[in-house]
Amino acid sequence: MSSLRADDVDVLVSRHQPEQATLKGYVIGFGSSIILTMTAYLLARYGLLDKPIMVALLATLALAQFAVQLIYFLHVGREFSPRLKLMVMLTMMLIVFILVAGSIWIMNSLNGRMMNTKQMVQYMNNQNNL
Amino acid sequence: MMHVFANFWLGKLNLQALPPNAIQWFGALLMISVPIGLAVFLTVTKRWKWLYKEWLTTQDPKKIGVMYIIVAVAMLLRGAADVALIKTQQSISVGHSMGILSSSHFQQIVTAHGTIMIFFVAMGLMFGLFNLIVPLQIGARDVAFPFLNATSFWLFFSGMVLVNLSLILGDFAATGWLAYPPLSELRYSPTVGVDYWIWSLEIAGVGSLLSGINFLVTILKMRVKGMNLMKMPMFCWSVLGSTLLIAFAFPILTVCLTLLALDRDIGTHFFTAGGGGNMMMYVNLIWAWGHPEVYILVLPAFGVYSEVVATFSRKRLFGYTSMVWAIMAIVLLSFIVWLHHFFTMGAGSDVNAFFGIMTMIIAIPTGVKIFNWLFTMYRGKIRLESPMLWFIGFVVLFTIGGMAGVMMAVPPIDFQLHNSLFLIAHFHMMIVGGVLFADFAAITYWFPKIFGFRLNERLGRIAFWCWLIGFLLSFIPLYILGFMGATRRLDHYAAGLGWQQLFIVSAIGAAVIGIGVGVQILQLVYSYFSRRNNLDLSGDPWDGRSLEWSTPSPVPFYNFAKTPHVTERDAFWVAKRHNLKDTRPYEDIEIPKNTPLAMIIAAGALAFGFAVVWHIWWLAVIGLLTSVVSLIVRSMDEHTERIIKAEEIERLDKLYSGGLSR
Repeated sequence: MSSLRADDVDVLVSRHQPEQATLKGYVIGFGSSIILTMTAYLLARYGLLDKPIMVALLATLALAQFAVQLIYFLHVGREFSPRLKLMVMLTMMLIVFILVAGSIWIMNSLNGRMMNTKQMVQYMNNQNNL
Repeated sequence: MMHVFANFWLGKLNLQALPPNAIQWFGALLMISVPIGLAVFLTVTKRWKWLYKEWLTTQDPKKIGVMYIIVAVAMLLRGAADVALIKTQQSISVGHSMGILSSSHFQQIVTAHGTIMIFFVAMGLMFGLFNLIVPLQIGARDVAFPFLNATSFWLFFSGMVLVNLSLILGDFAATGWLAYPPLSELRYSPTVGVDYWIWSLEIAGVGSLLSGINFLVTILKMRVKGMNLMKMPMFCWSVLGSTLLIAFAFPILTVCLTLLALDRDIGTHFFTAGGGGNMMMYVNLIWAWGHPEVYILVLPAFGVYSEVVATFSRKRLFGYTSMVWAIMAIVLLSFIVWLHHFFTMGAGSDVNAFFGIMTMIIAIPTGVKIFNWLFTMYRGKIRLESPMLWFIGFVVLFTIGGMAGVMMAVPPIDFQLHNSLFLIAHFHMMIVGGVLFADFAAITYWFPKIFGFRLNERLGRIAFWCWLIGFLLSFIPLYILGFMGATRRLDHYAAGLGWQQLFIVSAIGAAVIGIGVGVQILQLVYSYFSRRNNLDLSGDPWDGRSLEWSTPSPVPFYNFAKTPHVTERDAFWVAKRHNLKDTRPYEDIEIPKNTPLAMIIAAGALAFGFAVVWHIWWLAVIGLLTSVVSLIVRSMDEHTERIIKAEEIERLDKLYSGGLSR
């Protein structure tokens, strides 16, 4: 640790965290992330709503969870070199976007080229009759 | 009653878990004999205490780096033993002869070979180099989080132990190194093999992720004053790229393995065809990690070559800025090409075309780097010592292998070559020619810095030629066999196909590589016993350029007696040319105290992994508790560092620079 500069030490060592990172903050973050997870799980488990509304709601809950993690655990917005953090954040968002959008694109393409259940049953019957 | 009792204490573990036949017994006994032999040696020479104090509890990145490399080299030998079995089987299992291995055993060996070589050899050597070189090159005395660093190493070690335990108890995955479902699901792989695979990679993978984050922070935050990013040595840039990839890619692996484990252990259906799961999602996810992983390995290798070429051409690296941009372009592009590993899975031509083109584009920054190295050599004063030989061998192999890769980036061609030995030849050329050759160059190059004496040059050259010739003999036949239709993981084929001669040539090539490995071991032993003749007293045996060469060899535990002063790129080169002397006073230095907690955390993880593999739940709870409690104990400890006084540093520095430490 010895060659760290003074302003870096605050970022790196937790006991020198800035004032705002309090026990209260962590408890609020922990509580709200659990509530958000449980809500999403119960909604999906018991299928309480129509599908389109459900999808929209789950996506919103996921975004809220994302925000909670960033604010209460990663302390975004309170760091010492905001420009670096911003760059890292943008890179992360870009890569997450690439992976999510790419996966959806790939899986949809695969799905579109699969047989539906009726075709598959017919195909299997034909195979068996051979 | 007995049954319930055994079920509770031993889970699925019973006598049937022991090896079923002579060959597997042999492997198991060999595997047991290594730790037993080591233990006997340590007891006889009374070195347990020394081992504990100097190595097992250390937080010094140089020692951790050496331990990484020792583990990786041991695993290289294990992987090479697997190769010997694979090549023997493929040479003789033709027509009526079924060879020496059962089909299932052969598949396990191939899977173990791939898993071990990637995760425990290539990754181990890379992390070893990160630990040894990065702090020295950026003028730091330590990494950003020394305790985390030790924990990462021990988690890597635990993963390694778990893979090798499968030789003794139970079996290993027979699924190929990425264990695609549905084959890797419980229904088709009911034994513990896949579980061993999952948990050893899960544990080692967490270690890799933590280590990646650690070095990312180290490079961003711990550079010495005056060294801005564009003044860093190229090796550090490549490590920065690699660790960025680790930070973004390894979580995908962790999640992917966890989902597969849930499928197998608690009956979810993420990747089964029934119940709304989709096995193609697994392939998609694992390659979203797997492709960046390739660049995680090869970027630091590029960094090593950049250092070696500049030093041995006695010229500054050509095109520094373009190198940096090439690395960053590769970092981004490596996240946009993953589908080229499964062109044949059935996506539409639009999807395949997009990823095919992206794959061709990623060859451009790689080409930029090759030309930069060649231009660095152009009109340089080249010394053809063995690190430089490894580099030249790399350029040849990597270019051939790379062209094969660009070829396979064309989806219609890939449809012909997918899963064939052509692909195997291609990626071995990249990983062996690219990564492993770099590791050998790096070990030769930085060996005197760490141990204080050079490796024998003559034996190094012989090893290089064995490797190069053996490699070409071994893999050119595989390109041809791939064209002829031979598939990967092939344990038996018809005599009429005419493949046997080529397989035998390939086996001879592997034997030549084996001789090369033997020569390297000899080189190590010989150089150690004749070290008085090749001591490095100057600390700068190659006329180096970056900061690590400004320290005495072997590097003292505090790295730099005085924090180095940097104003330009190639700081040490400049200081040497202008004969700059540092007249500042010595200062107190803080270094982390030794602690066994890192090792205990990893031991808990190992117990947990082993317990989950065999469903021994009480042990899983104990293992997990051990890790968590150790972590809490460590977090409460406020006195983790000790101070070395300036006078002591001054005394040691005068001693070391005078060459008296030997």
